[in-house]
Amino acid sequence: MHIKFYLNGKVVEADVPAGMNLLEYLRSVSVFSVKRGCDHGECGSCTVLMDDKTRNACLILMGTLDGERIETLEGLNADRRMELMQAAFLDEGAIQCGYCTPAMLLALESLLRANSKPDDAAIKAAFSGIYCRCTGYVKPMVAAKKVVMGEVDG
Amino acid sequence: MNSTPAKVLERVGKITRRVDGTALAKGKPVFADDIHLPGMLHLKILRSPHAHAHIREIRTEKALKTPGVVLILTHKDFPVHYFTTAGQGYPEPSPRDIRILDDTVRFVGDRVAVVVAETLEAAEAALAVIEVDYDILPANFDPEKAQAGNPVLHPETGKIDIHDAAHNVASHLEATLGDIQKGFEESKWVFEGRYSTPYAQQAHIEPHITLTWLDENERLVIRTSTQVPFHVRRIVAEVLNYPMRNIRVIKPRVGGAFGGKQEILNEDLCAAVTLRTGRPARLEFTRAEELYAARSRHPQIVKFKIGVNADHTIHAIDMDILENCGAYGPHALTVMSVTAQKALTLYRSPHVHVRGKAVYTNLSVAGAYRGYGAPQGFFALESIMDEIAHNLDIDPIAFRHKNYVTAGEDVPIAKILGEGREGFPVVIESTGLHDCLEEGKKLIEWDALRTAEKSGVQRRGVGVACAAQGSGIAGIDMGAVFIKMNEDASFNLLMGATDLGTGSDTALAQIAAEVLEVPVEKILVYSSDTDMTPFDTGAYASSTTFISGGAVKKAAEKLKARILKQGLILLDEKDGTIEKGVVIGSGGDRISYEEICTRSFYTENQTQLMATASHMSYDSPPPFNATFADVTVDVETGLVRVNKIVSVTDAGQVINPHMAEGQVEGAIPQSLGMALTEFMIFDESGRPVNTNFRDYHIYTAIDMPDIITRFIHTHEPNGPFGAKAVAEIPINGPAVAVTNAIFNACGVRIRELPITPEKILSKFDEVES
Repeated sequence: MHIKFYLNGKVVEADVPAGMNLLEYLRSVSVFSVKRGCDHGECGSCTVLMDDKTRNACLILMGTLDGERIETLEGLNADRRMELMQAAFLDEGAIQCGYCTPAMLLALESLLRANSKPDDAAIKAAFSGIYCRCTGYVKPMVAAKKVVMGEVDG
Repeated sequence: MNSTPAKVLERVGKITRRVDGTALAKGKPVFADDIHLPGMLHLKILRSPHAHAHIREIRTEKALKTPGVVLILTHKDFPVHYFTTAGQGYPEPSPRDIRILDDTVRFVGDRVAVVVAETLEAAEAALAVIEVDYDILPANFDPEKAQAGNPVLHPETGKIDIHDAAHNVASHLEATLGDIQKGFEESKWVFEGRYSTPYAQQAHIEPHITLTWLDENERLVIRTSTQVPFHVRRIVAEVLNYPMRNIRVIKPRVGGAFGGKQEILNEDLCAAVTLRTGRPARLEFTRAEELYAARSRHPQIVKFKIGVNADHTIHAIDMDILENCGAYGPHALTVMSVTAQKALTLYRSPHVHVRGKAVYTNLSVAGAYRGYGAPQGFFALESIMDEIAHNLDIDPIAFRHKNYVTAGEDVPIAKILGEGREGFPVVIESTGLHDCLEEGKKLIEWDALRTAEKSGVQRRGVGVACAAQGSGIAGIDMGAVFIKMNEDASFNLLMGATDLGTGSDTALAQIAAEVLEVPVEKILVYSSDTDMTPFDTGAYASSTTFISGGAVKKAAEKLKARILKQGLILLDEKDGTIEKGVVIGSGGDRISYEEICTRSFYTENQTQLMATASHMSYDSPPPFNATFADVTVDVETGLVRVNKIVSVTDAGQVINPHMAEGQVEGAIPQSLGMALTEFMIFDESGRPVNTNFRDYHIYTAIDMPDIITRFIHTHEPNGPFGAKAVAEIPINGPAVAVTNAIFNACGVRIRELPITPEKILSKFDEVES
């Protein structure tokens, strides 16, 4: 199956097996920030941005992607706001094993694109689709609030 | 007496970014599965649909014709060899009761065969067409009926260290202090209770994942998400009868483990496939496999009988443990030992008796999970402590103040009950438990909440629980370290210690930096590679900061002495000191670390400045914790809402404040999950029911209560810079603090986890009538 979509701002044309999902595809082309945790759309480790919104890559069939705009952390690492978010996560100890960190950062990025001053409830809701077994979400919340308040030393 | 004031710490105890943090924050390919290997084969395990069956025949011909299938391995492909999947000290105290592939299956999910194919899809397709003829055997799912021996799960001769196979007793323990009968006779009051805890899952978000290949010298490389790289090397060598010298195990970043990866669950099969085919191989568990075919927390039924004197001191404790280890016995004895030893460390009692039995059932296999038996024991102990306080009409905190061990006291049970063998005497040298309780009491607003009016539909209550753990396994755990110096005064720190995402690489770098008086950025950490780093027993039993940290401190001190000596030679001075990376001779001449190393490499008295050290300990100083829960119970729906958890810990000198807090903050939802939302359900034929994250619900961000984490500073003389462990201690308290708070709120006593609305409602009706 031939498909054409945008990955991190670049056009991708690919021939993929029918039934392949976006998670499998991304990892097959070394986009490794997108993680596999459950393959059932439950854990959020494979979060990507699709038209600015968080989506579970494991639930997106490649055949449905034609013309869509997909972003992953690889495409945002040089972005100023992402650097500030990463600095906040590092400074506040919001990263333990780091397996869910790319997904959390994308969830926060998506939230901030829609709402530059989200309240605590909105941040919690944004993180709620991403399972973290290490942090209890306490320090990721602190880091996110610091970003929202503009208190990060980049 | 040495009256030199204690040196001010500059790296230890300071907030420090993780040494591996930037790579993780940028999503770099640092986990086991983040590489591509040319020609890689994919493995899928065929798992038993039956709880107990004999495999009469397996026919693989059809499956082998599936396009892309390369190989199918069954029990016929391996000689009979019994081992344990538990990655622990050698010889392992766990029974050797499992084969790599067997002709008998003992739980739904047991390994039947492994398919190897060019793609995952081909392997999955082939699974469906393997034909297996099973002779179904009777199965037992009730640990209380296991000893009847109907059926016997492990009748085979050749299995080693099963305590009583005919009665399905994998392991057994018994210990006595004083005279328990006399103790009860002398007590003014005697209380009894029966408490139980269910299966619970580690639920690390990264599944078990192993990649294997042959390197250019045809040595087997195992890249795996593990807590125990050196045990992986030893066990794979043994199980596959392959020379250990030809195996290299590499642990990259690990996406969470919590005990689940203290187990050899996929390395053996993956390695077997690479050795047979010469090709790279990959075996990753699905989430469903994680939830029923990996490992879990041992369900336990713990009975306490406690005698109390007129002055409210405890006089006698009898503890009875029945542990369900599932179909095999990895960690069966040692988990139960920890249940007993940690619970019986907390409160002094002149008369103690404990017996424990770990029994086989045809259910999922339990293993190591953070706390390692202690959460089960403290659920029971801290429940009955609450019940006793209520019955005697005294404040639960006051009752605990009367009874916990204090500094200078002996813990006699520690000597009798080691982990799997006789232990070592323990004297408490540091404890902040008094302050943990008092600090937490203020933060939770104990007095106001406890005595507030309890009426209406929404009833709010407060509960407390104390706990102790250990710092490594006394007399068993060992960590080793190698440090070498570079010309720019950076240092390579090579160590066996295994960072699971806990941040131990960073904490240990801080210890090295503190000793060597250099910034943490100058410490370049490389850990957990069996070819490149010295041995370490592994990251479990809260050992890394205390044991491996002790090795880092020793090695850094040795190296610092070498640097001083070499610096003085280069300065042509006899005496001197080191200050902030500069050697200063007694005559005042100075030479920097950089110059010392550069000249030592190239120009004078040439040498590599380096040092090695290893560390073990006959002490395992307990960290202590007091956890408080503030809950609201809806007595019409039975729903329990946890409003707030306050967790106050004595972990000695905290090495990295953020990371120590993070350990506590992460442990709390794991314990709350065991209490309220996570439990494995099996149907009447032993099939697991909730094998996905929708049905096995771990805490998400919106489920979280308010969390307050505090540390009480103590100085543990046996720990590096005064440190004790922190990884496991905070998981012991939250579940039982919640059940105690429920009792305070509405009078319902939950003695069997999980807490469900049905249980609350039916018990509330009893309380009201």
